[in-house]
Amino acid sequence: MTTAAPAPAPVRETAPARSRSARRVPYRLLLPGILWLLLFFVAPLVYQASTSVQTGSLEDGFRVTWHFATYWDALSTYWPQFLRSIGYAAVATALCLLLGYPLAYLIAFRAGRWRTLLMVLVIAPFFTSFLIRTLAWKTILSDGGPVVGALDSLHVLGLTDALGVTEGHRLLATPLAVVCGLTYNFLPFMILPLYTSLERIDGRLHEAAGDLYAGPLTTFRRVTFPLSMPGVVAGTLLTFIPAAGDYINAELLGSPDQKMIGNVVQSQFLRVLDYPTAAALSFLLMAVILGMVTVYLRRAGTEDVV
Amino acid sequence: MTATAPSGPGGSGTDVRLAGISKRYGAFTAVHPLDLTVPAGSFFALLGASGCGKTTTLRMIAGLETPTTGSVVLAGRDVTALPPYKRPVNTVFQSYALFPHLDIHENVAFGLRRRGVKSVRKQVGEMLDLVQLGDLARRRPHELSGGQQQRVAVARALINHPQVLLLDEPLGALDLKLRRQMQLELKRIQTEVGITFVHVTHDQEEAMTMADTVAVMNAGRVEQLGAPADLYETPRTTFVANFLGTSNLITADVLDASGDDLVLRAADGKLALPAARCQVPARAGDKILVGIRPEKIALTHADDAETVPDGRNRVRGRISSASFIGVSTQYLVDAPVATGTAGLSVYAQNVERDPRLVPGAEVLLHWNPGHGFGLDAAQRIEAGTDVDLGEAPS
Repeated sequence: MTTAAPAPAPVRETAPARSRSARRVPYRLLLPGILWLLLFFVAPLVYQASTSVQTGSLEDGFRVTWHFATYWDALSTYWPQFLRSIGYAAVATALCLLLGYPLAYLIAFRAGRWRTLLMVLVIAPFFTSFLIRTLAWKTILSDGGPVVGALDSLHVLGLTDALGVTEGHRLLATPLAVVCGLTYNFLPFMILPLYTSLERIDGRLHEAAGDLYAGPLTTFRRVTFPLSMPGVVAGTLLTFIPAAGDYINAELLGSPDQKMIGNVVQSQFLRVLDYPTAAALSFLLMAVILGMVTVYLRRAGTEDVV
Repeated sequence: MTATAPSGPGGSGTDVRLAGISKRYGAFTAVHPLDLTVPAGSFFALLGASGCGKTTTLRMIAGLETPTTGSVVLAGRDVTALPPYKRPVNTVFQSYALFPHLDIHENVAFGLRRRGVKSVRKQVGEMLDLVQLGDLARRRPHELSGGQQQRVAVARALINHPQVLLLDEPLGALDLKLRRQMQLELKRIQTEVGITFVHVTHDQEEAMTMADTVAVMNAGRVEQLGAPADLYETPRTTFVANFLGTSNLITADVLDASGDDLVLRAADGKLALPAARCQVPARAGDKILVGIRPEKIALTHADDAETVPDGRNRVRGRISSASFIGVSTQYLVDAPVATGTAGLSVYAQNVERDPRLVPGAEVLLHWNPGHGFGLDAAQRIEAGTDVDLGEAPS
């Protein structure tokens, strides 16, 4: 006992030292990511924010004059494009959900040994560039193309013309084409989170629901769908947010009548060279999306999402 | 009967009749054609190792598996073709399968709501009181302990007044102490509500504690069916003898089968066994297995051999190991009659311990011939000792 007594002392000294350095490990691991974000997200954001309140011209240079009226001017000029962006993105998100949910359900519960192959097929479009795929759609939907011919002979285009989503028996340069392009391009972002949350559902819960007098439809409504809500919320956000800011689809598949807010920002930046308006539009878009997402998450219940 | 006890149309429980029911998966036969009748209001246990077909049998009653042949009859009505949600049975699942997105109240109310019951509050409250969870109604399942979740699962099933309650290893995930407690709880609930319970388990103690009737299943067949005490005292196969508790099985030749007692020779000694307790017709010259439970054997030191009363079966041996476990001491005894096995097991109550009974001591093992049982010697002597009890602790 007497020889053992001094032994604990050095242990007591080194233990906190080790735990101090152990406590720092998470911060050290965070450091590269934080630096990256500071450099490529926060810094440009601050720069854009300052740009949005500058006045001047390309020749004379821009100076910060706290000219907030740019925001109001931008909004009052381009509100139709804002509304259109949100409308197209909402319709595309809804279509993605309608198309993606059955597919994700099938892969999660019914695909068996085909599951991996089907998942690869869902991701397969990513192997080709976004731009090239959208250009391909331009060919597919072109006026002399097979799709227009087939739909026209089935009198579908007459119907869509009557509904106002297409015009003059053509698909290109119509709202339908833009929404279809958006839906196609963002569908995997809907399917992946849906599949993940569906796949996590314990199959025995379906059995339990059946055992408790719920038929297949009720089981879906009361058990499967509520449990897949995290996937629905994640999927709709991952689809809606980029779709609302997208400009490629409207650029390649639409006409000036289908311009979305992304196209306006792009042309203000690169063609008109009105940097303050472009920056203000970007911030307005960000604010609108943040506001909508906040309301949506409140309504959909974030409790199980995060 | 109190207000908490379901007393609806099916409240008193009904009988379950399985007629020639079987299940094949490709080339594998999970359940061989099986005839089984579970009497109304009884607590019936399907006992067996994992993969013996007990859960498949239960799932066929629930409608979660479609039988390959045969039919399921509840209270005289053939329900074989009905989907689960149209059968008057409810299941307590092995992992409880509580709905994680619903609170306890809504989990319990689920079945009632599906059948269009409007005001469920009173019934749910009463049912939660029955399983002593009244104050946790607004919690989510993941906030409850395993034992509490288990009781929610029971409440969720019972509230529907099923004609039959099916329990699929409901206590498998609980620790030993809680399991014992829940066994008594389930038994109490069953007695109170009087519903027919069909309980699947791999735990022979659980089956014997709770059930009125136990069916021991092995490799897709029912080996033996009966009251727990009958199964234990008079097993009909080596599987049942070994799976239900422990048995010492001794190979013996029949010398004389003319009297009420068979006269047998094992190694160099003679044993007696009442002919009525032998499961196979025995004639002189046949081989049979004599079984005797470890606690039925008495141990006497060889020096005191003359104190053993006449009329008892005697076997000589030497203690090879002794383990003291509190209420009793378990001895393993090397004996010439114990062919092919590790030795004879003897459980002696710790009433008056003989200090000479230590490993190496020469002893005389003796028992009342009426406590033995005779089995067909053509079976595997170690059947039921080496079974896989599944992932759950037993």
